[in-house]
Amino acid sequence: MAEIVLDKVTKRFPDGALAVDQISLDIADGEFVILVGPSGCGKSTTLNMIAGLEDITEGELRIGGQVVNNKAPKDRDIAMVFQSYALYPHMTVRENMGFALKLAKTPQATIDEKVNEAARILDLTQHLDRRPANLSGGQRQRVAMGRAIVRDPAVFLMDEPLSNLDAKLRVQTRTEVSKLQRRLGTTMVYVTHDQTEAMTLGDRLAVMRSGILQQVGSPHELYENPLNLFVAGFIGSPAMNFMAGTLEEGSLRTSFGSLPLAPQLKQALERAHSGRQVIVGIRPESFEDAALVKPELRDNGITFRATIDVVESMGSDVFVYFTQDSGLSATTDQLADLAQDSGKADTVAGDETVTARLDPATRIREGDEAELWADVRTMHIFDPETGKNLSLDSERPAAGSARPAAAGSAGSASSAGSASSAGSAGPGEAAGPAAT
Amino acid sequence: MATVATTGRQKFGWGTANTIAVALTLIPVLWIASLSFKSPTAITDSSFWPKQWTLANYSGILKTSQFIRPLVNSVGIGLIATIIAVVLASMAAYAVARLAFPGKQVLIGMALLIAMFPAISLVTPMFSIERSLGLFNTWPGLIIPYVAFGLPLGIYILSAFFREIPWELEKAAKIDGATPFQAFTKVIAPLAAPGMVTTAILVFLFCWNDFIFAISFTSTISARTAPAALGFFSGSSQFTAPTGPIAAAAIVITIPIIIFVLFFQRRIVAGLTSGAVKG
Repeated sequence: MAEIVLDKVTKRFPDGALAVDQISLDIADGEFVILVGPSGCGKSTTLNMIAGLEDITEGELRIGGQVVNNKAPKDRDIAMVFQSYALYPHMTVRENMGFALKLAKTPQATIDEKVNEAARILDLTQHLDRRPANLSGGQRQRVAMGRAIVRDPAVFLMDEPLSNLDAKLRVQTRTEVSKLQRRLGTTMVYVTHDQTEAMTLGDRLAVMRSGILQQVGSPHELYENPLNLFVAGFIGSPAMNFMAGTLEEGSLRTSFGSLPLAPQLKQALERAHSGRQVIVGIRPESFEDAALVKPELRDNGITFRATIDVVESMGSDVFVYFTQDSGLSATTDQLADLAQDSGKADTVAGDETVTARLDPATRIREGDEAELWADVRTMHIFDPETGKNLSLDSERPAAGSARPAAAGSAGSASSAGSASSAGSAGPGEAAGPAAT
Repeated sequence: MATVATTGRQKFGWGTANTIAVALTLIPVLWIASLSFKSPTAITDSSFWPKQWTLANYSGILKTSQFIRPLVNSVGIGLIATIIAVVLASMAAYAVARLAFPGKQVLIGMALLIAMFPAISLVTPMFSIERSLGLFNTWPGLIIPYVAFGLPLGIYILSAFFREIPWELEKAAKIDGATPFQAFTKVIAPLAAPGMVTTAILVFLFCWNDFIFAISFTSTISARTAPAALGFFSGSSQFTAPTGPIAAAAIVITIPIIIFVLFFQRRIVAGLTSGAVKG
């Protein structure tokens, strides 16, 4: 049991590359924190520094109140699960799980007892005398977890532990990891590049980009109130749609049409920003088939027409895609990073496919020129230079109320600002929209 | 039918080529074997197989210390050189495969240079060095050059093996509480064991087969190895060539190698091709 404190921790590699830039993060005892970001953002390096596998260039790392910068991994009381599992191929499952205890010169009887207990929890009892080569991917993953559990460490570190599993098993194992963490109550730091995994698992998420910590908060908080363009685009699936906008007297002009600005928003924009060019972010679930919007809600958004390119019906939702001139010719590096992460690097500028999530009752078909409605209350406005979210200061009503389906799940997520909700807040249920 | 015909022709072609190749390699060996079973007077009887089989050559060489002692030297020097070379090579190879250190490229380059260097050009200077150091005609006098020439081979083979061992295993061992030495001995070395066995076999073969150092750095049977000792065999009288005993000794020192190679065939091939392809 221990809390972890990263105090301006920096990693600079010998070749001068800055992998992690002054990251400060307090992880409470028993908390489940996820480090998430695209590949190369420094999340694994951060985890390795906590583990002691990488030296810390600057800053201070404290585990359980003790500065551990110069301590070897074995003196930090941590266990780690690797992406490749890193099971010892020449040892049986039993030997793999007991290796750490054996090195610590634990009596054999205690080792057996602990290994058997862990095997029972992880349903590995009948595989104890097999070698890793003879196990399935899921079993190997459980052995890797078992190796960590057996030690009863102060901190669990997980480096993308599920990314080698197939999609179905990943979802299943995800739930098990979450249950296990709650059961053991051990502090856990978990690295992933998969925002869905991050949203569903963690008490808190720490979003990283280019070695810099972007935002820390509960999944709900990050989803509702992203501090900048990058977090907004990274959290949520399908991702937020971005387009250029121009601020004019009391209204915002976008390619969807001119949007009226709520007074609070206007104030916030005036306070924060001098320029007229902005980037507008609208989540797919903020769209609706105009025909299905209740008349009393219509005024909360704008109605526009678009030619639908593709319709994907998921049963519970319908996703429609249409092309819109986003007007984002000069994109920020944050947008470029997002595009690269989603594999759209070549199609950043100009025409952009907009994704909208509609009620399954919609009658829109592919090729239709449909009338859609977008809820402007859940819209985010970003500074194109800095990527800062300009709309955050405004006190708009809790997003999601315009869309009952989304509000139902998102609203019940862990209370915003649950800085140390200690695993009891039910992260597994958090942020329904992203789990699709 | 056409494909069958083609396959048949191909089979025939390959079969012929293989037969010629095998015959070319085996005939000299068979010839030596045949010579070793002939009596001194029958050596020049121009028949491939002995008309009268005799074991006199074998009983002769196995009775004299002129052969037994070099055989002991061969085994002893070979084993000691192999053990030293494998231990040093695995440490060096581990460093080459895992660590970034100044002079790494130089080390690899030097290793390659030594492996490529014609041994004959080193014999004269090394002879002088060994003489002045008092290593001439001693076991260490042979062990040291064998280790020197075995190391590059070992470093190359073993670093290929070490590179294939995922680095994360070592990290996992560190997290599990192992010291770097424990991580090496308990995790990395057992996994590289096949590579070490392969290296050991190849280094031992090199030591066992070496002639040039053995003949140059020894003067008596106290350190002379078997291949060199063959050259010092004498006939039963001043006027008889020691062809029979030499042939018999050649067979005796070849048999262990043949058994060895047959037994470890797959390992040797793995060692020679390791790192060439993935998988």
